Amino acid sequence: MSKPVKQIHLAAHFPGVNNTTVWSDPASGSHIEFSSFVHFAQTAERGKFDFMFLAEGLRLREQGGELYDLDVVGRPDTFTVLAALAAVTDRLGLTGTINSTFNEPYEVARQFASLDHLSGGRAAWNVVTSWDAFTGENFRRGGYLAEDQRYARAESFLRAAHTLFGSWRGDEIVADKDRGVFLSDRAAGAFSYADAHFDIGGRFNVPRSPQGRPVIFQAGDSDHGREFAASSADAIFSRHGTLEDGQAFFADVKGRLARYGRRPEELLILPAATFVLGDTDAEAAELAHDVRLAQVSPQTAIKFLEQLWNRDLSDHDPDGPLPTVDPVTGENTISRGRASVRTNRDPVEIANEWRAKAEAENLTSRELIVEVTGRQNFIGSPDTVAERINHLVQADASDGFILVPHVTPAGLDPFVEKVVPLLQERGVFRTEYEGTTLRDHLGLTRVAHLVG
Amino acid sequence: MSSSSDPLHLAVALDGTGWHPASWREADARPAELLTPGYWTDLVGVAERGQLVFATIEDGLALQSDNPLRADDRVDRVRGRLDAVLIASRVAPTTKRIGLIPTAIATHTEPFHLSKAIATLDYVSSGRAGIRIQVSASRDVARLFGRRDVPDLSGAASEAFVDELFTEAAEYVEVLRRLWDSWEDDAEIRDVASGRFVDRNKLHYIDFHGTKFSVKGPSITPRPPQGQPLVAALAHGEAGYRLIGDGADIGFVTPHDASETTAIVDAIAAHRPADADPVLVFADVVVFLGDTQEAAAARKARLDERLGAEYISDAEVFVGTPAQLADLLQEWHAAGAAGFRLRPAALPHDLLQITDGLVPELRRRGALADADHATTLRAALQLPRPANRYATT
Repeated sequence: MSKPVKQIHLAAHFPGVNNTTVWSDPASGSHIEFSSFVHFAQTAERGKFDFMFLAEGLRLREQGGELYDLDVVGRPDTFTVLAALAAVTDRLGLTGTINSTFNEPYEVARQFASLDHLSGGRAAWNVVTSWDAFTGENFRRGGYLAEDQRYARAESFLRAAHTLFGSWRGDEIVADKDRGVFLSDRAAGAFSYADAHFDIGGRFNVPRSPQGRPVIFQAGDSDHGREFAASSADAIFSRHGTLEDGQAFFADVKGRLARYGRRPEELLILPAATFVLGDTDAEAAELAHDVRLAQVSPQTAIKFLEQLWNRDLSDHDPDGPLPTVDPVTGENTISRGRASVRTNRDPVEIANEWRAKAEAENLTSRELIVEVTGRQNFIGSPDTVAERINHLVQADASDGFILVPHVTPAGLDPFVEKVVPLLQERGVFRTEYEGTTLRDHLGLTRVAHLVG
Repeated sequence: MSSSSDPLHLAVALDGTGWHPASWREADARPAELLTPGYWTDLVGVAERGQLVFATIEDGLALQSDNPLRADDRVDRVRGRLDAVLIASRVAPTTKRIGLIPTAIATHTEPFHLSKAIATLDYVSSGRAGIRIQVSASRDVARLFGRRDVPDLSGAASEAFVDELFTEAAEYVEVLRRLWDSWEDDAEIRDVASGRFVDRNKLHYIDFHGTKFSVKGPSITPRPPQGQPLVAALAHGEAGYRLIGDGADIGFVTPHDASETTAIVDAIAAHRPADADPVLVFADVVVFLGDTQEAAAARKARLDERLGAEYISDAEVFVGTPAQLADLLQEWHAAGAAGFRLRPAALPHDLLQITDGLVPELRRRGALADADHATTLRAALQLPRPANRYATT
């Protein structure tokens, strides 16, 4: 018996504040003006995408004790811009990354329930955690959270938020003018939640929203993060976009669901993926190389080296060989506010690998960085890319992809214009939205009952 | 202080189905739609077409209650609401000229988050954002957050505690303002030769250390279109007048006659630093309007009958025709009020009376500020775009 053909889920990640985003491209527009967000969201909706995705960082990055100035810097408030985008889109899901460390459950639940009402059921929450005192310097609590506590707090935070979302059943507002009865239940919204992290109670003041609660995304990749996702998330924003790597991740995470009484289709695996399109595969490959060079300027190459070497390399020649000194081991102090520099691998071992590769392939420092930091998933003609995406989804490497264009705001346009129609022709991607809520688009069942 | 020869500004305060607790039972009320975006875009659209300078949107962290400090279990009043900042943001792209001033509660929220939220509201509205800052002394509200203890306000500690809340609110406003300035307007340079997207010398740590919190900065959001979105607060006494005089752009106050208006305007001005732009004092008035005095009185009587009591308010309650209201507003304007924030007793009726009756009447009298050409809220209120406190050039 052959497997049924899977329908692909597509989403769009607004270009972020890292070197994937090429601000030096002449076509690059504003990263902060609302018109850029409108263009991006409306393009995604034109492409019948499930949702658009916004990342978040609550402190500007630093390297070598100074604000990092080589990447795009600056972004809007997540909730506020998504609420405004609800006015200029009709069906597109609106996914926001919101931190569970530097927020409080009552306020976040209010904001997501409000966003869900104001968008007619299109809100989603990518739950992320932080622990660092560096970000904490912008908040009342400061840096208080032990690193090993961050998932515990995140899980508590999510349970508390679910308690709040579930505090209204949805039928309490009767607004009977003649009888003068507005609420059918005098305890509507009553809740209490107490554990090691939170002790809160009272009445929630946002009645039940169209989706019951926002769709929950999780992005952590550790064992703890995967378990958290299996227990509580509707979708995972993963980094595993290749066939073998993706299949292993897919099997691992979906395999954890049964433990929580959940079916495999109740948790979607959606890796982030970049793309470069050309008329032909050869042209796309050439363009992809140009994009890589734009993403890794000579100055950016030095900063990447510093992140591994954990020392000042400002005098190093990016067009010469890799540094001969070894990385400084121990705590990484050169770069702050950036998740990717945290690695469990020995930096000296990685540096030696890089040196061997550079020597074997005769690469300069910058060329080496171009090679090892590449994150280009789909390169080719529209037909090649459509085929590749479909193959990965049908082979259970993922349920779809969150596409990350490298130019704001029009970087998504060619994908929507050229690749989406090919996926539609193959019968693996919708030609019209069938439902109105994000939960509908993702094929998730409605939340009938919420566990506190 | 505004001069009485300046035209007056007219704004509306939106809250649920109106300020009268029985307003939701009126025939034209839409109580079942309060949680839908269309409800708010319709009302703000009416206010914009009526050329009101801004709309405020009330908010509160706790479920509404007839008791300001404690929950009640009434089922005969509107209960439940949406976050006001997000309502304002949802409405912004559907409007072009009207200012949007949602409410936020300083006592339990993060100034870093609110700063970027209001900066973003300013971006999505192309320069029409403000924020009305409120404090909360309620133990019930504190319990929703579980973060801080609030004394029982019947005790002797209450006055000191309220002072503490206002001090914290003033610090909160200072943090908002520093964060809005933490990016200079020309910080984004996109210099390909040096590989730099921003000039880091034009991004600034704010290094704020207050009595309740510290904030490092800079903001993650670039300086908003107005430079500084407008900060407003409602005050009934000295602590609030100090907050407004020290750090707000707009004060909402509740005088009951012309001489009280003058006294409050003077009290606020006494707190104003000499080098600051003048504060705009708006008098709040609850309005029950009708085509005739009798019709307005009959409406109020009907609403009060459903309430089972006479409606009382912190603000002056006006019952009459738009022309009679115009007389009162002109008198208080001459006494020093720069403008008025009218609280419609019932929506949409009293808002329509404002836009279709009061506005044309004031226009006929040449008494209303013409903000039609202005595209930002600051411009509509004739306030300059402020220089950045951190800019050296």
